[in-house]
Amino acid sequence: MSEEKPVGELPVVLEEANLNPVEIVYNWGRRNSVWPLMFGLACCAIEMICTAASRFDFSRFGMEVMRASPRQADLIIIAGTVTKKMTPQIVRLYNQMAEPKYVVAMGSCACGGGPFKEGYSVVSGIDRYLPVDVYIPGCPPTPQSLLQGLIMLQEKFDKQPFKSMPWYQKAPIDPVPVPVLGPDLMDIRRIEDMKIHMTRLGKASTAAVGLEEGSGS
Amino acid sequence: MTEANIRSSAVSESFIDHFPQGWLSLDDRDGYQGYIIEKDHLLEFARRLRDEHGYDYLSSITGVDYFPEDRMEVVYHVYKSTGGSGIEFKVVTGRDNPEVTSLVSLYDGANFQEREIWDLLGIWFEDHPDPRRILTWEGFAGHPLRKDWTEPYFEEDFKPFDSRWPEGRPERSEATNPFGDNVQFKDPFDPETWVYEGDDQVYEALRNEYSTKDEDLDVEQFIVNMGPQHPSTHGVFRMVVLLDGETIVGLKPVFGYLHRNHEKIGERNTFLQNMPFTDRLDYITSLSNNLGYALAVEKLTEVHPPERAEYIRVIMAELTRIINHLVAIGFLLNDLGAFFTPNLYGLEERELILDIFEAVTGSRMMCNYLRFGGVAHDVSSDHLKQINALVSERLPRKLEDFDKYLTGNEILRSRCEGVGVLTPEDALRLSVTGPLLRASGVPYDIRRADPYSIYDRFEFDVAWNVHGDTYDRFLVRLEEIRQSIRIIKQALRDIPDGPIQTGKVQHQARVPAGESYGRIESPKGELGYYIVSNKKPNPLRYHVRAPSLINLSALEIMCRNQKIADAVVILGSIDITLGEVDR
Repeated sequence: MSEEKPVGELPVVLEEANLNPVEIVYNWGRRNSVWPLMFGLACCAIEMICTAASRFDFSRFGMEVMRASPRQADLIIIAGTVTKKMTPQIVRLYNQMAEPKYVVAMGSCACGGGPFKEGYSVVSGIDRYLPVDVYIPGCPPTPQSLLQGLIMLQEKFDKQPFKSMPWYQKAPIDPVPVPVLGPDLMDIRRIEDMKIHMTRLGKASTAAVGLEEGSGS
Repeated sequence: MTEANIRSSAVSESFIDHFPQGWLSLDDRDGYQGYIIEKDHLLEFARRLRDEHGYDYLSSITGVDYFPEDRMEVVYHVYKSTGGSGIEFKVVTGRDNPEVTSLVSLYDGANFQEREIWDLLGIWFEDHPDPRRILTWEGFAGHPLRKDWTEPYFEEDFKPFDSRWPEGRPERSEATNPFGDNVQFKDPFDPETWVYEGDDQVYEALRNEYSTKDEDLDVEQFIVNMGPQHPSTHGVFRMVVLLDGETIVGLKPVFGYLHRNHEKIGERNTFLQNMPFTDRLDYITSLSNNLGYALAVEKLTEVHPPERAEYIRVIMAELTRIINHLVAIGFLLNDLGAFFTPNLYGLEERELILDIFEAVTGSRMMCNYLRFGGVAHDVSSDHLKQINALVSERLPRKLEDFDKYLTGNEILRSRCEGVGVLTPEDALRLSVTGPLLRASGVPYDIRRADPYSIYDRFEFDVAWNVHGDTYDRFLVRLEEIRQSIRIIKQALRDIPDGPIQTGKVQHQARVPAGESYGRIESPKGELGYYIVSNKKPNPLRYHVRAPSLINLSALEIMCRNQKIADAVVILGSIDITLGEVDR
């Protein structure tokens, strides 16, 4: 630390964010007491455990309290491949978390499908369903990169003014619609697209077989 | 025909004579082994094989789709629990509504594997007690491992894809899909009235199988879901338990929450491209997975790695075993309520070994280190010294710590002794392997029973125990770490100088037509790779016999009549990794 800042002066990030003192103190409290959900999906979860363990130790950043219940967690680290069968549960977990809540996509799979993207039962990234705050690439990311990602999340906390915090807005926050396991994973938000597709399919099969098939409204 | 071939076929002819005429014939296709059984006699054949010939351990069942031929095969590998090589037999069926008799009545270990074949290949097993889908969900359209079934992001049958190579015009797969997403709806249905019924079917199956009604008392048995998000299920594993008070009456595991299409992707990949994917099967023991796959392919190509590479392989595989057992013991203690302290001690040692892996292979966890006919990089003498220091000083000392603080620990003993007992008969019937089987009094270790690589050169004891409870499994794992250290010390002493790769490095393995089943004693149990090649750069069939999945078939029998808190401990003592369970 050769160029130490004079006491009382704010870090550059905070100066740029232009926050009032209450916001700064509020965010300082939040950034240093992030409680992640104890939730792992695949390989990345092992690296997440390593990051929590003694060598890398993310409790240095105020994150040691991993909670097994989504009701008590502020942060969900999507650590691993998001499969179609698991997606309804992940979305439900996210909906059960209390605001403020953040999502970190850890690893290539959670970011965009990763090496398994081409597979029939893998979702191409959790951001199709949840709003992701930080993406951490890598297969799996090293504990160092996870730490870097979490530090970036803390910087995001720092810059958040009250005005932009969704949980202080007047309108209620809608839960993310839980997808349904159909013949393939059905995103409820896109049900209209699906209906159009079904009509097209229905027409094609009627033309081919000469029978009324399916009920594609 | 070589001499060895003639001899083995002479033996085989006499084997056929043990059975009535017309039951079985030799599989005489080029590169294939074993026998083809007439479909109608399968059950009777398997019974006689087990009762009269002593093949009491069914290792693996899998199916092969020979599209465009109208031919599907179900392939069985059976072994003797006393050791030695096994017997492979096949049943042939057509592709339209194929049906094969289920072997669950003989070998309970067939249960999950047959369900998997039904799910992925669409071969129906007659008289199967619980014929539901296992890795995908109820209602999923199609059977994905059939060769004519294509996934939503389908580009071409085989890699490397034309779009990537040779010119390289990468495009996003989303652009080719009508939904711009990894979904497809091939048959019309009404998305608004669709109801997902998979969960109800699990509950119904559970109630039908186990529910009892007490005439005198009005007691209600209820169903509790543990997982897929649960801190003690070691990943996204779900078990549905039927409870009477706190006692478990019945249990059904639900899989597939981490089904990553390992086999479908594996059949599009070239042989070598599969190597990094095997890392992600059991992500704690990636180097063991590499070894199993390399052995299976080397059996086909008949390439033998040079001496130095063999020693490096053994050292790495045994270090992996140490890692796995340290973590397994740590998590078992976690499940017992010793929250994170023993686990942190295990992880501390693991980090030291991971440092070596990172220095040698370039990656901490996903090593992708083995190649067909050798290893990717040499191990420098500095690293060998580092390994030596670790196994001769630090690890034995730490192991004594584990032993001192845990083995005699009163809480651990009272929570583990007599909990989740598995008898040797049940263990064999359920095809469980690894420490789970050995703790039940069957000293079956493939390193000794059917040696692969150079394990026949080392002196080590097969760790085993007789009570078959959770405590014995803990002891067996502890002892196996000691034996692994012994093996590594001998390997470090004997390792020669020399090349690490046979011939020059090949990026495209030339694999002759045929089939092979390579199996190793992975830290979790028997890890087997079944590969069928038709001379193309890609495997025709690539199947992984996952120890974690098949060991779970013992979960139900161990948990019955135990308390729900013990179910968590029993699951911890099986030691599963979800990447391998669901693949």
